Amino acid sequence: MSDAATMAKGPELSRRSFFKVSAIAGGGMAIAATLPMASHAMAQGAAAELNAFITIHPDNTLTIIGKNPEIGQGIKTMLPMLIAEELDADWDLVSIQQGDLDMAKYGPQIAGGSTATPMNWMPMRQAGAAARQMLLQAAAMRWGVDMAELTTEPSVVVHAASGRRATFGELADEASLTPVPELNQVPLKDAADFRIIGRAIGGIDSPKIVRGEPIFGVDTQLPGMVYAAYERSPVFGARIVSANLDAAKAEPGVIDAFIVEGNGNIEELVDGVAVIADNWWLANKARAKLDVQWDNGEWADHSTAKYDETARALMASGESEEVFAEKGDVDAAFASASGTHEAEYHYPFLAHVPMEPMNCTALMHEDGRMEMWAPTQLPMNGQMSVANYLGVAPDKVEVHLTRLGGGFGRRLMNDYMVQVAAIAKQMPGTPVQLIWSREDDVRTDYYRPAGWHKLRAAWDENGKLTGWADHFITFDLGGGGFNPATMSATEFPANHVENLRFEQNKMRTSVPMGALRAPTSNAMAYVMQSFLDEVAHAQGKDLPTLLTEIVEGAEKAEGSFGFGGFAPGFDPQRLRNVTAKALDMSNWGQPVPEGHALGFGYYYSHQGYFAEVAEVSLSDRNQVQIHNVWVAGDVGSHIINPYGALNQVQGSVIDGIGQALQLAVEIEGGAAKQSNFHNYQLPRMPMVPQIHVEWVISDYSPTGLGEPALPPVIPAVTNALFTLTGKRIRELPIDTSKLV
Amino acid sequence: MAFTVTINGETREIDAPEDMPLLWVLRQELGMTGTKFGCGIGMCGACTVHLDGVATRSCSLPIGAIGDREVSTVESLGETPVGQALQKAWLDTDVMQCGYCQAGQLMTATALLNANPNPSDEEIDNAMRGNICRCACYGRIHAAIAQVAKEDTANV
Repeated sequence: MSDAATMAKGPELSRRSFFKVSAIAGGGMAIAATLPMASHAMAQGAAAELNAFITIHPDNTLTIIGKNPEIGQGIKTMLPMLIAEELDADWDLVSIQQGDLDMAKYGPQIAGGSTATPMNWMPMRQAGAAARQMLLQAAAMRWGVDMAELTTEPSVVVHAASGRRATFGELADEASLTPVPELNQVPLKDAADFRIIGRAIGGIDSPKIVRGEPIFGVDTQLPGMVYAAYERSPVFGARIVSANLDAAKAEPGVIDAFIVEGNGNIEELVDGVAVIADNWWLANKARAKLDVQWDNGEWADHSTAKYDETARALMASGESEEVFAEKGDVDAAFASASGTHEAEYHYPFLAHVPMEPMNCTALMHEDGRMEMWAPTQLPMNGQMSVANYLGVAPDKVEVHLTRLGGGFGRRLMNDYMVQVAAIAKQMPGTPVQLIWSREDDVRTDYYRPAGWHKLRAAWDENGKLTGWADHFITFDLGGGGFNPATMSATEFPANHVENLRFEQNKMRTSVPMGALRAPTSNAMAYVMQSFLDEVAHAQGKDLPTLLTEIVEGAEKAEGSFGFGGFAPGFDPQRLRNVTAKALDMSNWGQPVPEGHALGFGYYYSHQGYFAEVAEVSLSDRNQVQIHNVWVAGDVGSHIINPYGALNQVQGSVIDGIGQALQLAVEIEGGAAKQSNFHNYQLPRMPMVPQIHVEWVISDYSPTGLGEPALPPVIPAVTNALFTLTGKRIRELPIDTSKLV
Repeated sequence: MAFTVTINGETREIDAPEDMPLLWVLRQELGMTGTKFGCGIGMCGACTVHLDGVATRSCSLPIGAIGDREVSTVESLGETPVGQALQKAWLDTDVMQCGYCQAGQLMTATALLNANPNPSDEEIDNAMRGNICRCACYGRIHAAIAQVAKEDTANV
């Protein structure tokens, strides 16, 4: 809250309440329906801040705060659209300003889990509607009329009976003196009256981007700033023994070099050597002189090959260490089945590789405040980690949010924030920008966990699934505090089968793991939908038919509270709707060109339902070619910004295709073998298919699109390749030499 | 070492080691941050600039190797008809998600259309294959280039 905003005008006007972030069962977060208002009047003729998000200027332009980190998901444009809609602002008069980290003022500021839309759909609209009410009250007082006689046109209050009109800019100063309405009582528009929601609006920062203006974290420039590179062990879990600091310091441009001791938390700070120079390239180059000696402990013999060998042996043994979901009598179901099927599946570690390498800028002020310019998806976690490391209160760590050159879950971890804080702490008064090389990024990521599954299915004489079992081989924490190497006890179709057993083994590892876009789902969709396709073929039917049969007679599931607040439960009708639409769009069942084949995949994640069909062929050189992908998605009642929505789906589909065809991180000698884009090969333009997207509009509140379109494309591709070649794809990435 | 380099039509005096890549001269010696660091090995195209009009990876071009060739960067893109048309097409098509790679995409696309005003779909793909977009806005990048080619801006 700014100082100006705390100037109380009286009991009524000083009443400030905020979006309350409350911890709820399960460790999630929810927004209580209270008011973020901080009403105050500025001097006559100056801009008036109607609440934490809205400032209206005398010339009728307005500034809206975009509170969440912008990672390319379009949130800096989309959340202000919700505010502007209910404010009934003229979008052409809106400018958007990125809010710094201040959750007391703005509520949750998170880019992750496709949560921003469900978490903010109501609160942002209410914030806009509350400010509109204040403008109406101001006009009613000025004109001596009843508020009910007033309407708005974009950025204008209208009294139709008398023909009087006043712009928001003319009323804003008076509006800031009116009582602040209760958020949950402000009237909201009928959807039929929306002027902004549903309109395709380009990214608010795009004009700056095409001109090359500095808006990303790594573009931060401060007077007297120096640059840092950070050398850490390629072997995960290693500790530093020694480094030749003098040799690095003797290199051109190098200002300093020093050892930084880790704090024992791989999500915050691991041992390393900081090299500081007046140009990052010089700092990075000087790393070669450090001759660091590492103690690799027990970890240097860890490898993907060893993990794979162990996992295969565990699956073969049938001996698990933990049963994490069980119901009915799965053994009896298999014993009495009309048909059974089993198969083993595997997927590799993956890196995130956002285009903007990890970086952060920090300035340790002489008074002990740490000021940071941070491209981060979870700024409050970064603030807490830095505060913990420095041993100061969180309010001593000030975090400015910059635009992020991609996130994909990598920047949910804030290790680079702690690293630069550890360096800046040593140089009070000097701003420091830490930049990672691409090699640092690929080799010291928090990887999408690899996993192995031995799946078994049993069915009766009618083809109904009667038994379902998975022996899942995964990892322990990898030294971290958050384990994404997990599988849900209700992983589809678990809730629709009477006899079930999910069991697992966890292998020890030091490989850091984290959430990659559509975490767990990006792996589970491939495994489960591919295996279900196998079951469907074994029964002589196709996968869409099997899925529809599995949910036949199923009721809507109960909703629950999760990370993003209340989420409705699984609704089988939404599965049926997107499936039917995708089949219709792709002419499923009709002849396809010679040498082509179609495959289907469906998945429900992050509250979004997606069914996708891929059309594939093999080139003369045996390369997989994907010609078309048809996507049907249900994310609720509104597509808030059709431009951004379509872009997310197209990007997700291509991201998934990259995972299917060519991405893997291998561990060798306790370290990542891949290091840059020559051996971690992202999709490029020539391999991009035509992507056809249609929406199923449902009655549900709108939900997010950063993730749910990704998972189903992977099994759509693998299932299409089976139809084409008769070969099952039971390991990713797809090895085309096994297809002929 | 001292170098004199022409960047966006201006003569700039630079004091840097001769093996420092142009990228780091631009970003941190001259404060021109439009050109982006992506991989440092010429594999992603985020750092693409023009050297006498030819798309070049600035991360792999030592400052000492430039000589009297003229450098132009995204900061001056809007000063040419093709660059300006592409910037407009990028916005009309709402090309970008995170936008970090787009300076490089635009510089490569400009060099393509300057050399070949009417590229086929395949020629667009081939010219752009060196530029990674991690958000995978490829379909829109392609469409924006095709739109400008159709408008025939380069031949006006």
